[in-house]
Amino acid sequence: MAWVNDIIQGILLGGLYALFACGLSLLFGIMKVVNLAHGDLAIVGAYVATGVIAVTHVQFLWSIPIMIVLMAAVGYVLQRSVIQAALSKGELATLIVTFGLSVVIENGLQQFFTANSRSIGTNSSLLSNSFSLGSQIPIGWLPLGIFVVAVIVLLALQFFLSRSKYGRMIRAVADDREAAMLSGVNARHVFGIAAAIAFATVGLAGVAYGMSGQFSPSDGNSSILLWAFASVVIGGLGSLWGTLLGGIVLGVAELIGAQINPSYEALAGYVIFLVVLVLRPQGLTARRSQS
Amino acid sequence: MTTDASPGGAIPCTPREAAGAAGTPILEVRDLTVHHGQLRAISDVSIRVRPGEVYAMIGANGAGKSTLMRTIAGLHSPTSGQVLLDGKDVTRMRPERRATAGISMVPEGRRLFPSLTLEENLKVGASYARKGSWDIPAVMELFPFMEERRNQKTGQMSGGEQQMVAISRALVANPRLLLLDELSLGLAPVIVQRIYGVLPRILESGVTVLLVEQDVSQARRVASYLHCLLEGRTTLEGPPAQFTSEQVEAAYFGMGGVH
Repeated sequence: MAWVNDIIQGILLGGLYALFACGLSLLFGIMKVVNLAHGDLAIVGAYVATGVIAVTHVQFLWSIPIMIVLMAAVGYVLQRSVIQAALSKGELATLIVTFGLSVVIENGLQQFFTANSRSIGTNSSLLSNSFSLGSQIPIGWLPLGIFVVAVIVLLALQFFLSRSKYGRMIRAVADDREAAMLSGVNARHVFGIAAAIAFATVGLAGVAYGMSGQFSPSDGNSSILLWAFASVVIGGLGSLWGTLLGGIVLGVAELIGAQINPSYEALAGYVIFLVVLVLRPQGLTARRSQS
Repeated sequence: MTTDASPGGAIPCTPREAAGAAGTPILEVRDLTVHHGQLRAISDVSIRVRPGEVYAMIGANGAGKSTLMRTIAGLHSPTSGQVLLDGKDVTRMRPERRATAGISMVPEGRRLFPSLTLEENLKVGASYARKGSWDIPAVMELFPFMEERRNQKTGQMSGGEQQMVAISRALVANPRLLLLDELSLGLAPVIVQRIYGVLPRILESGVTVLLVEQDVSQARRVASYLHCLLEGRTTLEGPPAQFTSEQVEAAYFGMGGVH
């Protein structure tokens, strides 16, 4: 029964990982930017939400849309300024610039908020409660809620990319930037929108992370970025639903590893990551054939 | 390929004189010099394209034709010189702004969006369309094969079909000036004739055409004005009827380049 429990909890955890990963996948798929500051941005999202609550005294739930708007704005501005400047100097430059951003963000957060860990209090007893599935499998409302949110975010992204005018333009720019510009599409604006979406989703993931436990400025680099990368690679680069599958595989592997020995939790995640990288480097759901 | 009995020969080109010698050219390029890194790709080239004409740039591989087109579309920045659209300087304008100002280009190699369906390709082309007679139903009528394959990915289509989609994608933006870069490259002569066969209808809608063509006889058939580049410099220009084949050949390969 413990194994079934691990698998179910692992699947729910995979929702959080997918939420971390989808923005990373989006930015890579569209702009070929590997955003090394992605994990730190999640932590920024968590601090922004706590900051919004502290300053405006709004209900917790209202801090989320405010955080999303702020993160999206930051994403758009950063893309149009720093990242775009790096992009025009080549793909390698974006690695260096986002790494620099990561260092700046982490140290900035430590400066302003100290290195102490904190968590996002929701004052909602429901979210800390759980219900039982069968007799021995407790399902927490919070992990379940995060999983549902992750699925909704992925559905919304999928719908936006495949159906909306801007989604179509994003795909066109990802395919052939020059050809899109010849059709009147402002590629830099489109990149800005993609970055805004990516930042909003990772901010949301950061809030989910902050509600699930403790967070501190160094978490972004030390764990979140790695989870996101592992989910993207396991699932398959550029595939949105692949990030969910990748997140679930990672989550289940970690919990099963912990079941064997609590110190194996992280190890099991990396082992599965390496196994996929060796046996199926294109990821489990290769959306595009590697041409 | 020197027969003039092809459908392409019957294009009712507006004579250059009748197009209004007094009117401003729709496109003017003044003393344009463009570098590719160290290489001087275009040297002091000037062109004047009058409304309603088919202006053909010819030249061998590496003569700078495509670079000139890309500079007009805004994908390259010139070292010196100006590009004017309707008398307004657009030299510093970004490519997407030029597109909305009325310059559409069918780039060399088609450059469709391979992960998008045919119809989505056209919709992207129409995203910032100007007002005009071309829209998606109109281009589907121009190339009827597109109607039933609208939901197909363009990556699976033949070169000729892709070229027709690329022309349609440029047309739905309702350009004033259509740049066609190497339409016939890599296509069977039958397909090339079919594609050039729609040129009269494009001209009838009031679109002016500036094209680059490696196939000189094809260019001579459709053009109302011929402009030859050799190693980035103008070697010949004027209405095609003015020149003998020998003159064009000399300009194309270089003076004294007798084969």
